Amino acid sequence: MRDEAPHARSLVLTVDGWQGHEAGQHVDVRLTAADGYQAQRSYSISSAPRASQLELLVDCVPDGEVSPYLTGEARAGDRFELRGPIGGYFVWTPKYGRPLLLIAGGSGIAPLASILAVRAVAARGLPTQVLYSARTPQDVLFKERLEDWRRDDPALAVSLTLTRSAPAGWTGYRRRIDAAMLREVALETSDKPIAFVCGPTTMVEAAADALVSVGYPAERIRTERFGPSGEST
Amino acid sequence: MGIDETSPVSRGFVGRRRSPAQAERVPPGQYVTSDFPVLSAGPTPHTPLEQWSFALQHGTERIAEWSWPQFQGLKQTRVTADIHCVTKWSKLDTHWEGVTIDTLLEAAGLAAAPTSYVMAYSDGGYTTNLPMADLLKGRALVATKFDDTPLAPAHGGPARLVVPHLYFWKSAKWVRGLSFITQDKPGFWESLGYHMRGDPWKEQRYAGD
Amino acid sequence: MNASDDMNISPEPSVLDGNAAAGLLQQIFAVDITRAGITCGACESVQPLASLKLHGLPMGYILSCPQCHAILIRAAAHRQECWLDCRAVSILRLTIE
Repeated sequence: MRDEAPHARSLVLTVDGWQGHEAGQHVDVRLTAADGYQAQRSYSISSAPRASQLELLVDCVPDGEVSPYLTGEARAGDRFELRGPIGGYFVWTPKYGRPLLLIAGGSGIAPLASILAVRAVAARGLPTQVLYSARTPQDVLFKERLEDWRRDDPALAVSLTLTRSAPAGWTGYRRRIDAAMLREVALETSDKPIAFVCGPTTMVEAAADALVSVGYPAERIRTERFGPSGEST
Repeated sequence: MGIDETSPVSRGFVGRRRSPAQAERVPPGQYVTSDFPVLSAGPTPHTPLEQWSFALQHGTERIAEWSWPQFQGLKQTRVTADIHCVTKWSKLDTHWEGVTIDTLLEAAGLAAAPTSYVMAYSDGGYTTNLPMADLLKGRALVATKFDDTPLAPAHGGPARLVVPHLYFWKSAKWVRGLSFITQDKPGFWESLGYHMRGDPWKEQRYAGD
Repeated sequence: MNASDDMNISPEPSVLDGNAAAGLLQQIFAVDITRAGITCGACESVQPLASLKLHGLPMGYILSCPQCHAILIRAAAHRQECWLDCRAVSILRLTIE
């Protein structure tokens, strides 16, 4: 486990027989209490594909049932059930070949981190723009990873926008994603980029609508909606 | 979710706040909670009270219909009951207020129900089937208040069916009427494999139980 | 906090999308169908299954048209069975690789 933020944690899971995944896929996690009670949630895989191991990003939902356990009580060595990898729509492979626009809200960065990890190995130099919306600087997850990827590849640009509070001297955006912001950061539409948008439902829908308004056709916008604070289920 | 009975226990996982089962009040397989989880089969409808009505139907015949003011003018009954959701949580001592099905039949001038089964139907298209016997003798009401407060839309307001002795999916949110049917037929969840009657004490969760 | 406070602050259940139904549907279809183009039988609009609106958890998966809100796919899994109603889908189009 690794704390990513006061309210979010990465869990590294070792899974017998795990063969890797496609960037963007998720797993269904099921927990069983001692008295038999069960709860299930979906979490996106945030790591690059590899055999036997995967990483999940869990954002703690204050009144949640599963995320407080996974971000609080769970410790190294604990076991739970997993089904996956799942998903064939919100996935990216280098063979798509087109420039990439990755838009994340909050913990929606998780599947996009997997895409970026694969891209770093198999598609360096592919024009890619990341636009990451978070409430405060503490809510920007995977900061170091994003910085490492950006530094290693000039074809990758990362823009941040904070929607609730920003520190003095902040040079990024300070509002919800809108069409004007997309016109400034998004890639040339003549290159037919594909957009992946992931985060809370309202953010995803606003961003997708804004993308359409700046000229992205619906077929090249892929969306994945999380619950209000990042749990998908 | 295709539950398999041999899942390993996740150390330290407890889940939603639950009190230890009080055996005589809690049906098999249930866990008591003080929360009130919201489950919906679709988006919350928002019917304005001026457009709301509750009806008793038999085929194409509308036997009776009440507007909101008329409904409020019927005899109101208060009920305290335990409720049990098929997703395994139970909530004890819930307080409801509304109009019993007995009162509705009487107000409609019916000495007895014309059929043995009903299909309750709601705004948004939800339906659920019930034996008439499970609705009579004070066992069910159309509730407009929870805990002395008008029922919130997310919890089924302005009115929902409340049938506490059956699993709570039978307590149709946003209910708009009862349709008398001669033969039992599956409603929204029943047609997807949930039990036709749903008695929690017999653990009738799914078809074939 | 009393029970009616619980009632009144309980949030609207999360509206997710068809991506969250992928696990169950893959058990029925044996391939992932979230990419499948779904033609709404009511309004004839077409979108990927992943973009349909999802309600109904945890009792089941109820997927509706994001354009006209018609319920298109209803599915539930319990014990060792999956039940599926997709009558309202007029066409399902999937590329088989």
